[in-house]
Amino acid sequence: MAEQRVKHYQVGTFAVGNRLLPPEERTVQARTERSNSLTSGHRACQGCGEALGARYALDAAMRATGGRLVAANATGCLEVFSTPFPESSWQLPWLHSLFGNAPAVASGIAAALRAKGREEIRVVGQAGDGGTVDIGFACLSGMFERNDDVLFICYDNEAYMNTGVQRSAATPPAARTANTKAIGPEPGNEFGKGKNVPLIAMAHEIPYVATATVADLRDLEAKVGRAMEMRGARYLHVFVPCPLGWGSRSRDTIRIARLVKETGLFPVFEAERGEVTSVSKIRRRVPVTEYLKLQRRYAHLFTPERRDDLISRLQAIADRNVERFGLLSDPEEAAAMPGEATDLAGLPPDGDAPPERAGEETNVMRLLSETHGGPR
Amino acid sequence: MLEQLEGSAAVARAVARCRPEVISAYPISPQTHIVEGLSDMVRTGELEPCEYLMVESEFAAMSACIGASAAGARAYTATASQGLLYMAEALYNASGLGLPIVMTLANRAIGAPINIWNDHSDSMSQRDSGWIQLYATSNQEAVDLHLQAFRLAEQLSLPVMVCMDGFILTHAYEEVDVPGQEQVDAFLPPFEPGIVLDPDAPMTIGSLVGPEAFTEVKYLMHAKQMQALDAIPTIAAEFAEAFGRESGDLLSHYRTEDAETVVVALGSVLGTIAETVDELRDEGVKIGAVGVKCFRPYPLEEVRAALADADRIVVVEKAFAVGAGGIVGQNVRLALSGLPARVHDVVAGLGGRPITKKSLRGLFDDVFADRLEVGKLHFLDLKRDVVERELERSRPSPGPHAERILRDLGIVAARSH
Repeated sequence: MAEQRVKHYQVGTFAVGNRLLPPEERTVQARTERSNSLTSGHRACQGCGEALGARYALDAAMRATGGRLVAANATGCLEVFSTPFPESSWQLPWLHSLFGNAPAVASGIAAALRAKGREEIRVVGQAGDGGTVDIGFACLSGMFERNDDVLFICYDNEAYMNTGVQRSAATPPAARTANTKAIGPEPGNEFGKGKNVPLIAMAHEIPYVATATVADLRDLEAKVGRAMEMRGARYLHVFVPCPLGWGSRSRDTIRIARLVKETGLFPVFEAERGEVTSVSKIRRRVPVTEYLKLQRRYAHLFTPERRDDLISRLQAIADRNVERFGLLSDPEEAAAMPGEATDLAGLPPDGDAPPERAGEETNVMRLLSETHGGPR
Repeated sequence: MLEQLEGSAAVARAVARCRPEVISAYPISPQTHIVEGLSDMVRTGELEPCEYLMVESEFAAMSACIGASAAGARAYTATASQGLLYMAEALYNASGLGLPIVMTLANRAIGAPINIWNDHSDSMSQRDSGWIQLYATSNQEAVDLHLQAFRLAEQLSLPVMVCMDGFILTHAYEEVDVPGQEQVDAFLPPFEPGIVLDPDAPMTIGSLVGPEAFTEVKYLMHAKQMQALDAIPTIAAEFAEAFGRESGDLLSHYRTEDAETVVVALGSVLGTIAETVDELRDEGVKIGAVGVKCFRPYPLEEVRAALADADRIVVVEKAFAVGAGGIVGQNVRLALSGLPARVHDVVAGLGGRPITKKSLRGLFDDVFADRLEVGKLHFLDLKRDVVERELERSRPSPGPHAERILRDLGIVAARSH
């Protein structure tokens, strides 16, 4: 492959810039004293966005609390791949109870610590999108309204990956899952369904709500740090691609996470007490097709025939987010959105085989070459 | 000191004196007065340090107790009926994790049809959830059992459910002695958890356990319950020593010495049964009663020993396994296997139907006259005409029984004109 120049702003991970920063401003992950809360050896798939997100989020929370942190975890991929008895990847006190109760368990832990006068120990609850927006939702809303001193983090990979990629209320329209297959006149998940939990969290007027992606890990760390400066119920919704469930290349996890923000499909913002306080602007706006084409779950939008009717509905969702959250620094950019690129990698191969397995160039190597702008 | 107290108020005070650090509860009749009382004590500062979580469901109530207990706090909740079912998943989780949570269950029926009154179908539905189940006969015993429950739970690292009959006990005013704080502190030491969520010694709790170790974990859960069969009488004896009254233990025995007929029951109905036994004894009938105070773990050996010499056993129980028969009855038969005693299974008091002395007399007369078929499930005070009509009627078309009965009575539907 010919050498390709990669500009830092296109990478968007700050990974390169971090090295140039003075030590005190470097990311938590760049520090030798990072806690490795979710340490190596776990069994997440190659390119797992959830493992990446959890590691960054918890290490940032550990740093913010001086290591005085307890985690309550819902059932799901994160729990399963990290704790096959007798092994554990968690280097902080960690409790898994059930699928639907992580927010309530976290509330109970926080109450216990308060009763014991040990409020310097902080509590994080975490779950995938199923454990947050669906089965855990009542407990989450209860924890919010009581303003319990818990930071709850949702690692959103937009379906039930642990059980074999079934639709959740966080599955986007048109996406194929095991029970919204690409069949029938409207293939994939139906339009007009699902819920936006960050907005619902804001409606509880809790101290802090934020969204983030694993493409901008520095931003994720900063939001965890900001959340841990506060007391009461806080919510962080992290977009984490799932190569297995989405049919994407392991090496594209970061790229997809970056594109979801750059298209406007996933607005990245912060809110306090129900009001949006900051928005991560789109750096280089791209059409949703750039994002969709990298994922086999959207393959039916392009083959056997292109479904511009459905693509335009997805673009309309992105456009609405851009408008609603003010995602562009210069509103005129909206008109200047570039056309669909033709030189992208295109779709991963069809078929049921997992997208990428050992034997190929490792994900880490690819990531390094990508983010450091080295030869490809 | 004896005081005239509502059962719920007495239990609330007793629980408070056990110094729970986290209480997490959701309202459901007839449990409400207990947790309202505790909420008052937390708000006034009478009970502190204690966090009271007003959660959004029973599922969350038990889940918060799980988190609190795993973080090393003494955790308490109370529920009833549908609430117990709603927390069922968390019940199994609490016992599987060996968390010493104590819960009061104000026994109430389970719908449909919805019914707020007393029976034991709620606790019986969760008899195999890994929780110890203690049944109170009176409000005094309900108070005493809570002290013993925390001791037992924390000694064995197991959750304990104290079952008290909804309304019959929870809402009844009678003389109760709620032990003073010093007495309770002397009996119940502070909770010292073995494994706890602690940043200074991080532990992973609640791992995914596969086929290579799951059987062993379950075996150990059973072994711990078997240990409870030894611990419960010991704690009851220590309680009697400290407080000067008998409460708890595995079984109670009432005039069983030479009894040819023994009645077996759980909970407050044992009072009515004892009075009926007294009347029959006055008439020269050799009858006695055995109360099962602890249904889980099941004291099989003790039940066998207590009933071995009887000719006839009458199990009066406030729940049954639909399509199978009596639940306590099945357990009694298991204990008596190989022995010649006849066991009669009688379902009584469902959904709050009073179990009167008169009804019990009629039942025992039927037993003495061999009018009760062995091996068949009997329903005390069943309105035969109602069920037979409905059975006849429901043959061709399905539908909910309660509503069909109404239709038959001519009360068809609400009318808006």
